[in-house]
Amino acid sequence: MPLPLTAPEILNREFLEIRCRILDLAAALDRLQRAEGSVADDPRLARLREALAIVQDESDDRAEQVQMVFSRPYDDTWQNALKVAPR
Amino acid sequence: MDYFDPHIHMVSRITDDYETLAKMGCVGMSEPAFWAGFDRCSVDGFRDYFRQLTEIEPKRAAQYGLQHYCWLCINAKEAENVSLSREVIAMIPEFLDKPNVLGIGEIGLNKNTRNEAIVFVEHLELAVKFDQQILIHTPHLEDKYQGTRMILDMLTDDSRIDRSRVLVDHVEEHTVRHVLEEGFWGGMTLYPTTKCTPQRACDIIEMYGAERLMVNSAGDWGPSKPTAVPDFILEMRRRRHPESLIRQVVYDNPLKFFSQSQNFRFTPRETTGEPARTGAALRA
Ligand SMILES: [Zn+2]
Repeated sequence: MPLPLTAPEILNREFLEIRCRILDLAAALDRLQRAEGSVADDPRLARLREALAIVQDESDDRAEQVQMVFSRPYDDTWQNALKVAPR
Repeated sequence: MDYFDPHIHMVSRITDDYETLAKMGCVGMSEPAFWAGFDRCSVDGFRDYFRQLTEIEPKRAAQYGLQHYCWLCINAKEAENVSLSREVIAMIPEFLDKPNVLGIGEIGLNKNTRNEAIVFVEHLELAVKFDQQILIHTPHLEDKYQGTRMILDMLTDDSRIDRSRVLVDHVEEHTVRHVLEEGFWGGMTLYPTTKCTPQRACDIIEMYGAERLMVNSAGDWGPSKPTAVPDFILEMRRRRHPESLIRQVVYDNPLKFFSQSQNFRFTPRETTGEPARTGAALRA
């Protein structure tokens, strides 16, 4: 459906909020950096980096792509694997 | 604006919440059976819970002019216990004729296990046998995509299931398209951190349209906000969407979907005092 608000109107409305969220994100990553110990090998950190790369992309389905980064894969033969008979 | 919350767990909320909901425009709600935060030991634990859903909550709601409906099942988390699940499924028909019961739900998957799938299919059998509508819980976080696809497989494998009488809940950006394309209804749950925010629910409406989509608060005993639907209404207004579109999502759609249940006898606020319109009348 066509959006009632134009892109400039949306940016005016959301600029401060987007800025605030990016700062929160940057500060959270700084916090991880400052803390004792390392999470460099934690697969969750790799996921976060992958998601951040998607955010910088120019596509129009970034939210869906980010969701997929944090999703276990679906295998359409699951009914055989789990030995569940389809009706 | 009058609205209907299609998914909220009022047994976990205080009476003040009923009052707040009424003040904010809520006219009614439907409450699916869910996990209480602990596993119940016996079928009698569920029997007592179903009495609470069918006898106690409608009275609490009515004090504030709210119409309370419910759905019955053993949830996906406790479905890991297959023998207990079978006892509960066998007992559910005792309650299906209670006046506020809309169908079977919220059934679904939690960790996408074999036992959960077995109990899910047995719930479908129950729904088909008693011609009940179905409300479905899709898993959380990293399990959601896989579990939603598995659920859609089980539903579409069964040609007896009428897709227009099934609501697949907790849809998000990566699952909503699959649910709508297969002809089911979709529900978006507005939660503070997990699931959808009001902003993202508006985005999904903008991308997919309002047909067969609803929003709910899924307010329960965990971090959740029973007044999340008004937050969605406000965000839609701030984006200058027409009132008719907002109303379709928060009022017309739930009523259209629920009217397919034999027990749904909703009286719109405007006609209070006149004879209740039955499900059949609303469908017409
Ligand atoms: Zn729920």
